[in-house]
Amino acid sequence: MRHKIASALLVLIFGSGIAFFVYKTEPKLNKNFETQNAFFKKFPFRLGLDLSGGSHLIYKADVSAVESSEVGNSMDALRDVIERRVNLFGVSEPVVQVQHGGIISGSGEQLIVDLPGITDIKQAVEMIGQTPILEFKTEAPNDTPQTATVDKDGKVNLDIGSQFVKTELTGRYLKKATLEFDQNTREPRVSLQFDDTGTKLFAQITKANIGKMVAIYLDGTPVSTPVVREEIPNGQAVISGSFTPNEAKLLVGRLNSGALPVPITLLSTQTIGATLGESAVNAGVKAAIIGFLLVTIFLILWYRLPGLIAVIALSFYTAILLAIFKLLPVTLTAAGIGGFIISLGMAVDANVLIFERMKEEIRKGYNISDGIHTGFKRAWTSVRDSNTSSIITSIILFWLGTPLIKGFALTFGLGVLVSMFSAITISRIFLFALGINKNNNFTSFLFGSGFSSAKNMTNNK
Amino acid sequence: MFIIKYKKIFISLSVLLVLVSVIFIAIFGLKLGIDFKGGALLEVDYSNSSSGRPEASLLENKIKTLKMLDINQVLIQPTAEFGYLIKTRNLSEPEHQMLSALLSLDGKYPVLEKSFNSIGPSVGSELARKAIISIIMVIFAIIFFITFAFRKVSRPVASWKYGVITIITLLHDIIIPTAIFALLSHYTGAEVDTLFVLALLTILGLSVHDKIVVFDRIRENLKEGDKKSFAETVSISTSQTIVRSINITLTIIGVLVPLYLFGPETTKNFALVLTIGLFFGIYSSLFFASPLLILLEEWQLKNKKP
Repeated sequence: MRHKIASALLVLIFGSGIAFFVYKTEPKLNKNFETQNAFFKKFPFRLGLDLSGGSHLIYKADVSAVESSEVGNSMDALRDVIERRVNLFGVSEPVVQVQHGGIISGSGEQLIVDLPGITDIKQAVEMIGQTPILEFKTEAPNDTPQTATVDKDGKVNLDIGSQFVKTELTGRYLKKATLEFDQNTREPRVSLQFDDTGTKLFAQITKANIGKMVAIYLDGTPVSTPVVREEIPNGQAVISGSFTPNEAKLLVGRLNSGALPVPITLLSTQTIGATLGESAVNAGVKAAIIGFLLVTIFLILWYRLPGLIAVIALSFYTAILLAIFKLLPVTLTAAGIGGFIISLGMAVDANVLIFERMKEEIRKGYNISDGIHTGFKRAWTSVRDSNTSSIITSIILFWLGTPLIKGFALTFGLGVLVSMFSAITISRIFLFALGINKNNNFTSFLFGSGFSSAKNMTNNK
Repeated sequence: MFIIKYKKIFISLSVLLVLVSVIFIAIFGLKLGIDFKGGALLEVDYSNSSSGRPEASLLENKIKTLKMLDINQVLIQPTAEFGYLIKTRNLSEPEHQMLSALLSLDGKYPVLEKSFNSIGPSVGSELARKAIISIIMVIFAIIFFITFAFRKVSRPVASWKYGVITIITLLHDIIIPTAIFALLSHYTGAEVDTLFVLALLTILGLSVHDKIVVFDRIRENLKEGDKKSFAETVSISTSQTIVRSINITLTIIGVLVPLYLFGPETTKNFALVLTIGLFFGIYSSLFFASPLLILLEEWQLKNKKP
């Protein structure tokens, strides 16, 4: 008996610890959250875009030019480049995922980009789609015909483009770009370091063009046209356009993030405003609390003492599951919260099955203690099999589903797994720890249900 | 033993319900949402506007007359007190910007964009494909699992037949809520979206759960090896699980109703479809699956004798 009480206490401490963890790591529940131990700040709930607000973009990658064995690699490279560009933008916790085509999804290679907190899609799309094109051009030979146009006001425009010809040297051969400041003018400038091939090309170009201009083009427009004084063999160049420090910084980042390995087109976009997300969270939490209270009232009124224990087990279940959501972490979406609420129902079901069974065994003439034992034993197969089928369903949905369905399947599946533990182990430990062996009017009342006590049911039979 | 006595009535009632449902779906049809057919959905809010929200017809004209946008069909539904939901074909990002700029009607009505969603047709068809494949996969997995779980009670009815009966009753559980949804969408304009599919899949899950609980009791009682007939065993097992079934339905409905009444706007229809499905799921576990099992065994006996 002592052993049973000890294990019940242990479970109680363990469960309260988890509940405390969930409580402490929630900014909204703690007034002085900012001043708290850093440990507690590491585990907020991770909210999906539909709850936190943000943008969800789906791109299609054109891999027709890539050999089929190389598709996986180039998609990974694409993801890395996009990730670097997104990070540049200062988005917190962006998610960039590759979704491979196949028989089941029936689509080509896709890239899914989630940008929490970014609701300006225009900006987001530009940031992701832009590849800076860096080109080096040399002066055209003198005999090249120059194109000039005369506009309405009679001004003559000379097309500078025709003054320069392309060279082989482009941003492709860039190893690294860094931001620095001119020591005299304090102006920001971008310093470039070429890779081996680029260094050779740059040396050739500078050698052949001493005393002439070399134009540095960015996205098709010349940003800098320095005059070459001598051959530059070390592969270093400087762009000193009239940048603001921020422009220069952004350019460095863009140059470093590189070009896209495969072309992409935007298939679908979704933005959710932050206020909409917040109201969805509040509504979801409210619904969950009311649902929980209704279930509590029902369980206690109908199942009395075992009902109360089921409520304790259910509270443990909620604490454990929420802690798992924080620790893994699981990204919570509206559908995910739906899955969680339904698994709450499943957790209750296991207890209802057991209690109905207990009551039946007691009605058959078992004493209460034996009734509890047999009730658990007999109900186990149905709890096991019904939950197994739920887990199978959630695995299939998680495997095949779209992100929304995946979110649901994950919380639902985890919920069912945890509920098997809480409804069976935890409620069993508590029921046994109570140590009720006697059959008298009071205990019969406690273990009765609905409108009759356990004893009455025995008599009625 | 009322289940044995009235089994034909129960079965006919379920069959009738399914037939009526199919007719409902045929008449009212199911409107596919942009999730499945592609398109754009823009939710805006005019609560900052001193003159309230503009007339929907005004917006509609404005949108249709902008040549650059080339939108022929636009659906504008009021939401909340000051908002609109605007549905069009799928829009590229520049087109989206143009549309957003238009909605303030030259600054007269300051507008706040709450959400925007544009889905290309190919993404939509991909989603439909995935949804169908997952439903089929779930159904097959369930048949296999039940065949396996009930392998020890292959007499008098083979365990795979429990699986098949489960699937037949599952169709019942899914078609009826779908029909009610079709009726609902006829009046409220609700559309079939991913969450609807999710609701159906959840009904599948919960309803299999119920059927297994009833079958488990049958399995246990068959193993006890009383001299009772199969029909009697099924009938007793069903009545033994009735209280549990009603209680658990009440509990789950107890969490779904708050989800419908107070939960996020996006999961309202989800909760409603689920509640309906849950109700019919429990009903069919008790009054469709069990009578079918009894009927099946009777057929087996008849076919063996001559």
